[in-house]
Amino acid sequence: MSTAAAVERYNDKVVRQFAVMTLVWGIVGMLVGVLIAAQLYWPSLNFDIPWLSYGRLRPLHTNAVIFAFGGSALFATSYWVVQRTCHARLFGGPLAAFTFWGWQAVIVLAAITLPLGLTQGKEYAELEWPIDILITLVWVAYAVVFFGTIMRRRIKHIYVANWFYGAFIITVAILHIFNNIWIPAGLGKSYPVYSGAVDAMVQWWYGHNAVGFFLTAGFLGMMYYFVPKQVGRPVYSYRLSIVHFWALIAIYMWAGPHHLQYTALPDWAQSLGMVFSLILLAPSWGGGINGIMTLSGAWYKLRTDPIIKFMVVAISFYMMSTFEGPMMSIKTVNALSHYTDWTIGHVHSGALGWVAMISIGAMYMLYPWVFGTKAMYSTKLIDVHFWMHTIGVLLYAASMWIAGVMQGLMWRATNEDGTLTYTFVESLVATYPYYLVRLLGGLLVIAGMFLMAWNTWKTWTLSRRVPDEVPVPMAANA
Amino acid sequence: MSTAWTTWIIVLVAINIVGCVVLLWWTGRAPAAGEGETTGHAWDEGAIREYNKPLPRWWLYLFYITIVFSIGYLIWYPGLGGLPGTSGWTSQGEHDAQRDENEARLAPLFARFESMPVPAIARDEEGLRLGRSVFANHCAMCHGSDARGALGFPNLVDGDWQWGGDPDAILASIMDGREGLMPPMGAALGSDLAITETAVYVQSLSGQRVSPGMAASGKRRFDTLCAACHGIDGKGNPLLGAPNLTDNVWTYGGSVDSIRYAIEHGRHGQMPAHRDIIGPIRARLVAAWVWAQSNPADAGVAP
Repeated sequence: MSTAAAVERYNDKVVRQFAVMTLVWGIVGMLVGVLIAAQLYWPSLNFDIPWLSYGRLRPLHTNAVIFAFGGSALFATSYWVVQRTCHARLFGGPLAAFTFWGWQAVIVLAAITLPLGLTQGKEYAELEWPIDILITLVWVAYAVVFFGTIMRRRIKHIYVANWFYGAFIITVAILHIFNNIWIPAGLGKSYPVYSGAVDAMVQWWYGHNAVGFFLTAGFLGMMYYFVPKQVGRPVYSYRLSIVHFWALIAIYMWAGPHHLQYTALPDWAQSLGMVFSLILLAPSWGGGINGIMTLSGAWYKLRTDPIIKFMVVAISFYMMSTFEGPMMSIKTVNALSHYTDWTIGHVHSGALGWVAMISIGAMYMLYPWVFGTKAMYSTKLIDVHFWMHTIGVLLYAASMWIAGVMQGLMWRATNEDGTLTYTFVESLVATYPYYLVRLLGGLLVIAGMFLMAWNTWKTWTLSRRVPDEVPVPMAANA
Repeated sequence: MSTAWTTWIIVLVAINIVGCVVLLWWTGRAPAAGEGETTGHAWDEGAIREYNKPLPRWWLYLFYITIVFSIGYLIWYPGLGGLPGTSGWTSQGEHDAQRDENEARLAPLFARFESMPVPAIARDEEGLRLGRSVFANHCAMCHGSDARGALGFPNLVDGDWQWGGDPDAILASIMDGREGLMPPMGAALGSDLAITETAVYVQSLSGQRVSPGMAASGKRRFDTLCAACHGIDGKGNPLLGAPNLTDNVWTYGGSVDSIRYAIEHGRHGQMPAHRDIIGPIRARLVAAWVWAQSNPADAGVAP
C-alpha cells in the first residue's frame, strides 16, 4: 500500500465542509420545527399557502434534522474518526467530495419536493424515487470511502467507533433499498411493491432501524471517539464495547413491530417486537455506561468544560430514551402512549437530547481543528448554549410527556353507557397549553443554535485561512 | 402459517437469544488484564486508548432478567410463528371477550329503548343523554359536535332535510346510509355560458339578486335538465335526495362558483350505513337526539 515518496495527508476538507453544513442544516431544520410547533398553536401561521401547510412542512422538518443535520454530522465525524483511528487518508480520491455534493443535492431536492407535496407518504422515507436513487449512489460511495479507508489502516486493531459507523453505513443501505422498492409512475409519483400489513411491517422495520442505526449506532460511533478524546481518559471497557455492539445490532433488527401494536399485524409479530425491544434495554445502556464511566476520575472537568457537559447530558438523555423506548413497547403501556404526543416527547428527548447534544459537543471540538485555531472563540458562549439547549429540551420533553399521558387517558375514558367521554376535539383543546410550552422549548433550542453559529463565525475569523493538510503519522502504532 | 415458516422464525429467534447469552457468558468472565491497565490498543497517535474493565454486575443481571422474561413471554403468548402460546391468548379473543362483557353490562341500560318509538325517546331524559353520547362518538367527526355540519356535510339542526325529517326517515338515513348523487351536467349543457346561466337561475330561486336576463336563459335549461329531480319549482324531492333549491340552505355553498361546480362536475355525497356499526338500539337513540334538535319538547310537538 505504499505510495512511495509523496507524503500522505489527512483529507480534512470534506470534514470541514460537512461540519459547517451540520450547523447550517441544524438551524434550517430546527427553524422549520419551530414554525410547525407554532402552527399547532396558531394554525393560521400557514398563511393559507399550500407549501407552508403543516402536512408538507412536517416531513421537511424530520428529513432536515435527521438526514441533513444528523447526516452531515455523521459524515463529518466518521470521516475525521476513521482517518485518525486508522492513520490513513480517506480512500477513493474524489469519491469523498462526491458524497458531500451528492448529499447536499439530496437535501436541496428534499427541500424543494416536500413543500411541493411530492411524497411517498412513508414516514422518514418520504422522498420520491429519483431522489432515492441519488441517495443510494451517495451511500454506496460513502461505504467505499469508509471501508476503503479501513482496509488501508496502519493500525491493526479497528477502533470501536468504526464498528458502529460501519454498522450504521451497511444497515442504512439495506433499510433504504428494501423500503424503497417502488414502481415509478412518472417522475414524481410511485407505488410500493408491498401492500397491506406487509407494507406497514416493511415501513416500520425501516423506520425503527433508521432510529436504531442512523440515530443510535452512528452517534454511538461519534461518542466513542469524541468523549474519550475530550476527557483525555481511556474508554471504560473494551469487553463492554464488544458485548453491547453485537447485541445492539442483532436485537435492534427485531424491534420494528412495536410501532404496530394492536394493529392488523399478526399477534406473533407484535409479541416478538415487544420482547426484543425489552431485551434491547441492556445493550443500549451498555453504550451509555461506557460513555459515562469513561468520565470517572475526570468529573472535575465538568466544572470548566461545557463541551463535556454537552456530552454527559447527551448520554443521560440517551439512557433515558433507551429506557423509555422499551417501556413504551410493552403492549399495555403502548395502548396508552401510542398515537399521543408522548411519542413526540420520546422522539425529541432522543433527537434533541441525545443526537443533537452529542453532535453539538463534537462540532465544538471539530471547528477549531478544521479551522486551524486553538479553541472555539468563546467557551463562555458554549456554556450559555449548553444551558439554553438543556432547558429547551426539558421544557419540550416534559410538556409532551404530560400532554401525551393526558391525551391517552382522555381518549380511553368511557361513560357508563359505553361511549367515549371526550370527543377528539376536547382532547385537542386540553393540549393547547402544552403546545405553547413546547414552542417555548423549541425557541430556546433554536436561539442556542444561532449562538453556536455566531461563536463558530468568530472562531473562523480567528484564522481566516484554511489550515494546511496534516501529514498522516507513519508509525504503525503511535 | 406453514410449519416451515414457523420453524424459520423459531430458529431466528433462538439464534438471537442464545447468541446474547453466549456473548454474555463469554465476556462476563473475569478480564485477563488487571484493573487500571489498558488493552494495549492505541489510536490517533495514542490519544485514544481503552480499559478492559469487567461488565457491571447489575447491568449483566438486568440483561439476563430481560432474556428470561422474554422466553417466558414467548411461551405464554403467541410469538414463535404459528405456535399458539400456552395461555391460548389471541388479540381477537381478548377483544371479543371485552366487547361481550361490555355488551352484557350495558344491555339492561339499553333494553327499555329497544321498542320505544323515536319521538318518545326524544322526550326521555336518559334517552336523549345516551343519544347525545352516541352522536359525539360516531357522527360528530362529519356533522360537527354541535350537529351544525360543515361544507359537504348537512346541518342537522336547521329543520331543513334532504331525505326527509320525520323520525322514520332519520332512522333510515342512519341505519342504511344515503347516497346523494348529482350527475355532472357540463356535457349536456355544452358551454360555460350555459352552465353559468343555469347557476344564476338556481341562485334566483332562493331570492338572491341576479341578472334577470341570464336567469331567464337559465330557467329554460333548468326546466329541461334539472326539473326532473329538483322539481319544476326547484323545491326538490326527498325521495331522491334532491335538495330544495329555494330555501337558501346549501350543503356545498351557495356562491355562483360552487353552484357552477356542482352543475358541471356533479356532487357525490355519502352518508355511510351504521346498521352494523352501532346496531339498531343506538341508532334509535341517536335518531331521537337528532330529531329532537329541530323538534324541541317545548315547541309543543306531540310525541
